[in-house]
Amino acid sequence: MIITSNDSGFQHPASSEITPAQVYRSRRDIVRSMAAGSAGLVLASWGMRDARAQMQRPGQLASLPGGKSGVSGATTMEKPTSYKDASTYNNFYEFGTDKSDPAKRAHTLVTDPWSVEIEGLVKKPGRVNLENIMKWGAMEERIYRLRCVEGWSMVIPWVGYSLAELIRRVEPLPGAKFVEFVTQADPKTMPGLRSGVLDWPYVEGLRMDEAMHPLTLLAFGMYGEVLPKQNGAPLRLVVPWKYGFKSGKSLVKIRFVDKQPVSSWEKAAPQEYGFYSNVNPLVDHPRWSQATERRIGEDGLLAKKRKTLMFNGYEAQVGQLYAGMDLKKFF
Amino acid sequence: MRALLRHPGSWWALLWAGLLPLAWLVMQTLQDQLGANPAETLIRATGDWTLRGLCVTLAVTPLRTLLALPELARFRRLLGLLTFGYACLHLLCYAWFDMGFEWADIVQDMAKRPFILVGFSAFLLLLALAATSFNRAMRWLGGRRWQALHRAVYAVAVLAILHFWWMRAGKQNFDEVLLYAALLAVLLGWRVFRGLRARRAG
Repeated sequence: MIITSNDSGFQHPASSEITPAQVYRSRRDIVRSMAAGSAGLVLASWGMRDARAQMQRPGQLASLPGGKSGVSGATTMEKPTSYKDASTYNNFYEFGTDKSDPAKRAHTLVTDPWSVEIEGLVKKPGRVNLENIMKWGAMEERIYRLRCVEGWSMVIPWVGYSLAELIRRVEPLPGAKFVEFVTQADPKTMPGLRSGVLDWPYVEGLRMDEAMHPLTLLAFGMYGEVLPKQNGAPLRLVVPWKYGFKSGKSLVKIRFVDKQPVSSWEKAAPQEYGFYSNVNPLVDHPRWSQATERRIGEDGLLAKKRKTLMFNGYEAQVGQLYAGMDLKKFF
Repeated sequence: MRALLRHPGSWWALLWAGLLPLAWLVMQTLQDQLGANPAETLIRATGDWTLRGLCVTLAVTPLRTLLALPELARFRRLLGLLTFGYACLHLLCYAWFDMGFEWADIVQDMAKRPFILVGFSAFLLLLALAATSFNRAMRWLGGRRWQALHRAVYAVAVLAILHFWWMRAGKQNFDEVLLYAALLAVLLGWRVFRGLRARRAG
């Protein structure tokens, strides 16, 4: 008896089950390169895939492109930190002291409308709204290292213009020796204000020559988009050669004064935080060594921490601001 | 309830439960879910679990007495050793991920940062307790001396809180520190209270 069946004797696998040629060839490439001893390179580029993906816009917020900057030191060639790490690992105590708090809670911050009060020793004081401030300089992309006093670092592509542009426009009086930055403190939208960690509002300050330095950035965006709220929207300071806390977020007042302002951290712990707070591997914080740092997203669990550079690697640009100063005394 | 506590399986159940946080951390590590700073996450998580273990271990005797459940006593050593295990992991994570096993740097770090030294002292005490935790050591030391030595766990509790407080002092963020301090104060305070009452009665 002949048993008939639909089976032709030749079973075709479903096309979805066939390994594409590219895939099995790439496996062969890996095996070959391993044999040739270059697997490390292949795997390194595979490890870089996130970084390359991050060079494109994250696609989270409104676009804010920045042109190329001509300022010396404005564009490090180091690999930018992933947008995800840069926008989920933040110190912004107004939203809680845990570094994951700001990303969870900052959505309550109201950034529109926003205005900044320019006050103190200037010829043109007044309240300026955000749209106008954004027109006071040409937006540039600045890829800066960011070194936190806690011993970690990132590389962030900011978008903004040199604070000097704003300062020139408001014309400080000769008596203005320092600039004080006051940041938003709204108990309704900032749950962290309920804790007594710091005196609110958060206040920071710079010497006039530091504020005028072209690297000192008034940032409105990062990664080609407007700032996420947890990173200090809608505008913040970025001073790349100082520890991160010097760069106030969500600025509401820029005040020109004749005396050195007392920053919030100086007020809270004067023996630990000085006015200058320049990144300096030779001057340790009482709580942390500042000799090394961990680059977020890059230095893995088992990687040795990298050496911290004097002035966070911006010594050539800013070293002369502190010529002759005892940096151990003026920490 | 008491039958359940007496069941040999309950000891094993507690052991597995005590290893769950470790399993969770290992899983998160392997799946790269420790956040932007995995080293920091691991160091802090193992420290938190050490502190929690310490609280649970120190709660055994008060609970045993207050609830009149002598069966609880047999879990005390296991809980103490689990606590010691997390303390070891905490120290290992610090020495490995933060200091890269640079011994000279570690010694320097202890001299520089008192809270590291305090934490390390607490670890040494725990080590002494763990090393004398088995029955032979108990017999060798004699009950009275063994008990006197193991009262060092109270010092460990105080040092642990000091370590945590000092660490958090940088951010002046004491909420959690106060929570653990209050818990341990109740657990130690109960012992002081009982000791005083016993003395008055005696």
